[in-house]
Formats: sequence, structure tokens, C-alpha cells
Amino acid sequence: MTVGLLSLVLLGLSALSFILGRQKALASVKGDIRNLHSLPSYCGAGVALFTGIPASLLMIIWLLVQPVLIESHVTDMILPEDIDTGSTRELVMSDVLRIAKGVDVLVARGADEAEITKLINNPAALKTRLADARIALAADINPHVAKAAAAYRTKVATGNNWLAVSTLGLAVAGFLFALMQVKSTFRARNVVEAFVRVLLIGASSVAVLTTLGIILSLVFESWYFFQLYPAKNFFFSLTWAPKFGGGSDLGIWPLLWGTLYVSFIALVVAVPVGLMAAIYLSEYASGRVRSVTKPVLEVLAGIPSIVYGLFALMTVGPFLRDWFAKPLGLGESLSSVMTAGVVMGIMLIPYVSSLSDDIINAVPRALRDGSYGLGATQSETVKQVVFPAALPGIVGAILMAASRAIGETMIVVLGAGAAAKLSLNPFEAMTTVTVKIVSQLTGDTEFSSPETLVAFALGLTLFVFTLGLNILALYIVRKYREQYE
Amino acid sequence: MDERAKMSARRVQVYYGTNHALKNVDVDILDKTVTAFIGPSGCGKSTFLRCLNRMNDTVASARVEGLIEMDGRNIYDSRVDPVQLRAKVGMVFQKPNPFPKSIYDNVAYGPKIHGLTRNKAELDEVVESSLRKAALWNEVKDRLAAPGTGLSGGQQQRLCIARAVATSPEVLLMDEPCSALDPIATAQVEELIDELRSQFSVVIVTHSMQQAARVSQRTAFFHLGSLVEYGETGTIFTAPNDPRTESYITGRIG
Ligand SMILES: Nc1ncnc2c1ncn2[C@@H]1O[C@H](COP(=O)(O)OP(=O)(O)OP(=O)(O)O)[C@@H](O)[C@H]1O
Ligand SMILES: [Mg+2]
Repeated sequence: MTVGLLSLVLLGLSALSFILGRQKALASVKGDIRNLHSLPSYCGAGVALFTGIPASLLMIIWLLVQPVLIESHVTDMILPEDIDTGSTRELVMSDVLRIAKGVDVLVARGADEAEITKLINNPAALKTRLADARIALAADINPHVAKAAAAYRTKVATGNNWLAVSTLGLAVAGFLFALMQVKSTFRARNVVEAFVRVLLIGASSVAVLTTLGIILSLVFESWYFFQLYPAKNFFFSLTWAPKFGGGSDLGIWPLLWGTLYVSFIALVVAVPVGLMAAIYLSEYASGRVRSVTKPVLEVLAGIPSIVYGLFALMTVGPFLRDWFAKPLGLGESLSSVMTAGVVMGIMLIPYVSSLSDDIINAVPRALRDGSYGLGATQSETVKQVVFPAALPGIVGAILMAASRAIGETMIVVLGAGAAAKLSLNPFEAMTTVTVKIVSQLTGDTEFSSPETLVAFALGLTLFVFTLGLNILALYIVRKYREQYE
Repeated sequence: MDERAKMSARRVQVYYGTNHALKNVDVDILDKTVTAFIGPSGCGKSTFLRCLNRMNDTVASARVEGLIEMDGRNIYDSRVDPVQLRAKVGMVFQKPNPFPKSIYDNVAYGPKIHGLTRNKAELDEVVESSLRKAALWNEVKDRLAAPGTGLSGGQQQRLCIARAVATSPEVLLMDEPCSALDPIATAQVEELIDELRSQFSVVIVTHSMQQAARVSQRTAFFHLGSLVEYGETGTIFTAPNDPRTESYITGRIG
């Protein structure tokens, strides 16, 4: 029985047990549901849960454990002399799995078991048959490998049969157990409630655990990196010059400087404009203007950053070069920190204003009334009452924008270029951490050289950096909360 | 029109969208007098109060018709700046709404934006005297830098009163200023109202008949958006003309 079919059967069984459980609950009180502890549908759901959940859990665990067990058994069938020089046991095992899959294909195309046995004993014939079925193998098939593949197939088949038997058995056992519990006092509602709780806990732990997994993988890879490349150079060297032949300089400072410089310019553009736009929208604009502008801003906030990148490359870059950089004698570069920063700022304006607008709108009307009632003008009210009250939220919004700026890649590639440099001149091409992460990992690279692994160390640094920013945001928000509420 | 009238309203109508909330109200607010507005909930007391300092301008759906004059000038005239008007007609709201600032800055807010003081010492003095008038000084004098929002509900309301008094308005509108106060603080606020009467007019909305009788010289009774009766407080409470006034005062409508 395949896994898909098994799941369907389980689902069907659960549905059936829901109906039966419900009926039994109704029958136990002769149709008068007032005498039930829980509503009949809860009883049905309770029975269905007992039927479906343990069996599904068993199935999931089985499917995770079975391949590991079988592979460890099959590996033992391969003798050390079967492994060619230059190859590894893992590579041979992957051949075994390939052949096993190929044989499955042959069976699906109508080959019977007798024929398969014959082929297994004749590796050369097996190879041609597999090639006919478009499963190419590099070398000739070693007889032991063919045997191992056959063993693998039989073990998987037996495993799957046992899986079906035990899963369905558990489902039926759970069903019978739960059905026996169903009587007027069955606390099905509590069972369902507990299930819902576990489900929700599960969902939230998925988020937490994946984050943890991401961090761990970053930490492990960075660890490898620091074994190959001294941490001192990474954190304190001022040059970034990777050479794929080895002997590279992988100092993070030029990249970090580029990141901070671009993000700083972006925030200088986005924060004042975005905030003022938000204040206009929430305090001054009439209902009609608001109802048009707000959705437009939200659409702008959703434009993919590559589009802004094109804008930087085609329009802003040449403009800044011809009107500012050249007349000021600050260089002739088409791509510059300024270009990327300005365009990123433009990208962030709707983001900042949309967030701040929501925050400013959340300031209670009574506060504004209080200020107007004392004879304050609109701008006095905004400046002295509304804005301070909204400040914690606005700081949060700005730091979120900063996180986005730090993580932005596309605009930087197209606007600021890919040359790592430490310079104060905003009209020079520089680059950022994210761009370098991408460029170190793309192309034909080996995952064991420091030039590649540095990407993980860069990623970890960026992660720690944004984490610090978020903690700062939380701290500021808390501090102002204490003061204001 | 009474020659002592500080403000006078004639045929005032207020609409919230299509809801006709206030119908044909004529009231004279006398100078250096406490006027009480009483009436069942939702009858338009707050709405009328908000007409007197044009706070209804800030409600998009509100529309005010009729004539309201202050010192003989129409306050809805296009040449009148509502901001200046509100500096002269102060307001204490139904719910306490201290700013998210320190106690000191809350009280100093009005004097600062209107430039009423020349230096810090004068400002300190205004803050202290306003807080004293609002019977709050003794409770907060050691923590003027603490946030105003950290006070109790009753203290917050007295802070709002101090804030309104600090601007030295000519008319003070108070919308149920004592609804969150304990009897002691209420008595102090009533004392303050009586004191303020020597300097300017006070209009107070209240749900307490006793309070209206204690503090006011004039009383207006509103019912379902109309002004039913307006006159000397003594007369309203002892010999009302309108049967509805009598029923309300004796607790039969409410
Ligand atoms: N901002 C507003 N928008 C729409 N309708 C309003 C608004 N404010 C008040 N109203 C309506 O106007 C009417 C009068 O309200 P108002 O607040 O003046 O009553 P009130 O006499 O002050 O009542 P209370 O004693 O409960 O404070 C009510 O019907 C109310 O629903
Ligand atoms: Mg009211």
C-alpha cells in the first residue's frame, strides 16, 4: 500500500469514526442531548481524533526512521573492496538507491519479478535495461551493488507492508478504545480542547524551531569558516579581496561600511519624507484624499525591489553622476552609494509612511481634543502631543525600515555596484554584505573553501546585527512606554 | 439679550450627519456666573458645550447652525480664529485626557504655546498656582517630572482642570468634571469652581442635581436635543415651569 493511499484510508477511517462516535453519543442518551457532557459533534470529533492522530503520528515517525534503518543495513552489504579508489561509501550508496529506483521504474513498465531477479544476477544486462529506461549510470554495476539494490527494494517493500498493517491496526485500536468511552459523561469537549492546544503549540514551535535551525546552520558553517580563516582577519582586516586560488583577504569592514552607508542614506531620505507624509495623511488630509492615497501607498510598498533597482540603474545613477558627481569633482562612477541609498530611501518611503500612519491614527482622539481645547494649532498638537505619544511605535517602524535597508540586495547590485571599498565619498561605487553573500555563493564554487564559507560568517554577522537593532527597538519602545502610559 | 451676557447662543442647531442632535437652543452665559447644564444622557449637553469653543469643528460629520456670540462677536464668523477662541474658552473633558508628558509639562502646555509667561520662574508660578487651584498641588509637588498618565483617574481629571485653568481662559467649559472623583476631591473642585467665578464664567455639565444646586447660579435643562428650561438655579430646582424639568429633577425621567 503506498503512503498516499494509506493516508486516504486513515482519513476515511477518521470520518467514519466521527459519524459512529456521534451516533453512539446520541444513542447513549436516547437523542436528548441535554444529558450529554459534550455536544454529539464533540464526541464524534473526540473519537475521530483517537482514531486518526496516533496512527498518523506512527506513520510519520515510521517514514522518518525506516529509510535510515534500511540504509544502514544495506550499507553493510557493500564490502570495502567494492568501493573504487577515489570514491566513497556514500557515493556507492547513492548508486544503490539509483539502481533501486530504476528497478522500480522497470517494474512499473511491466517487468515481472522473475525477470528482475535474472537482471540482478547479470549486472551488465541490468545496466543496458536501465539505460533503455533513461536511467544512466556512470560505471559498470558491481554485482554486490546490484544485490544491495535488490535487498534495499525488498526491505522497503516489507517495511511498507508493516507500516500499513501497524498504522491501520493502531487506528482501529484507537477507534475501539474511544468508542468504548463514549457515554453521556464522556468529556469529549476537553479532549478536543486539548488537541487544539497541542496543535497551536505545534504551529508556534515550528516557527521557533526553524529560526533555531537557521541560526544553528549559520553558526556551524561559520565555525568551519573560522577554522580555515582566522577570525582576527575577518573582523579586523580592512580589505576585501577574495581570490579563488587561495590567499584571499576577507575583511568584513568594507562590506559592513557599505551596508551602513547605504542604509544611512536610505533612512535619511525615507524617514523625514515618510513621516511627514504619514502626518499629512493622518492629521490633515480629508477623508477623500486619504481613501485614495492610502491604498496607493500600500501598492507602492509592494513593488519588488528589482524594479527600483532598474530605476536606480537607468535614471538615478546617470542623473546623480552628471549633475552632482562630475560638477563637484567627486568621480565619474555610474553606480554609487548615493544612487543606491536614494533609491532605497524612495522604496522605503511608502513603507515608513504606511506603518507610521497606522501608529499615528492609533493615538486616541481625546488627546488631540485636549490639545485643541487649550487653543493649540494643528501643528502644535502634532508636534507636542500626537508625535510624542506615537514615538515608540514610530521608532519601531523606523528600525523595521532599517532592517529592510540592511537586508536589501537588488538595489545595491544595480545601484551601487559590487566593488568592496572603504571610502567616504558617497559618489563612489561600494557594495554591501548581502551582495557579497550572493556573489560568494553563486557560480562554480566548492563548499569547503574559505571564499565560499565566508558567506555564512557574513550572514551570521548580519543576523546578529539586525537582532541587535531589534533589541534596541524593543528597549526604546519599552522605555518610552514606561514614561508615557 | 441680557446685558451681562458673556456668551449668547440663538437658534443653535447641530447635526451629526443626518442626526439632528441639537434643536433651536437659546442660552445666555452670564459673565462671572456658574451655569449648570443638566439633562438625561444623550440629550446634547456635551454637544452644546462643544459649540461654545468650536470643538465641533474637529468632528468631520458635525454641522452647526445658528448664532453664537462672545462679547458681542459671532464666534462662527470666518474672521474668528478657532484656535484663539479656544484659548479664551477653555475646556475640561468628560474623560480625563492628560498628555503623555510630565505633570509639569501638562500644566505648562497652554501657557507655553500662548506665550503667557516671560521666564521659567513665572511659568513655575503659574504651574504651582494652577495645581493648587485644582487641589492637586499637595499630591504631586514632589513628582512634577513624573508622567501625568501615571496618576489615578481622579488625579488625572484634576490635572486636566489645572491645565485648563493655567491658560487663564475667560470662560471655562467643564464636561462632567467630577464624574471620576471621590467626594473629597469633588468638594475641592466645587470650591475651585466657586473661586473661579470671581474671575470668569464657568459652564459645568453634571449628572448630579445636588452638584448643580450647590455650585451654579443658572441652570439649563436639556431633553432630547432641545433646551426645555433655563433660569435661576433656585427657581429651576424649587419651582420649575415645565413638567419635564420637574420629573427629571425628582428622578422620574433619566
Ligand atoms: N462625534 C459624534 N458623531 C456622531 N454623533 C454624535 C457625536 N457626538 C455625539 N453624538 C450624538 O449626539 C447626541 C448628543 O450627544 P452628547 O454627547 O451631546 O450627549 P450628552 O448630553 O453629553 O450625554 P452624556 O450625558 O451621556 O454625556 C447623541 O445622540 C449622540 O449619539
Ligand atoms: Mg456628555
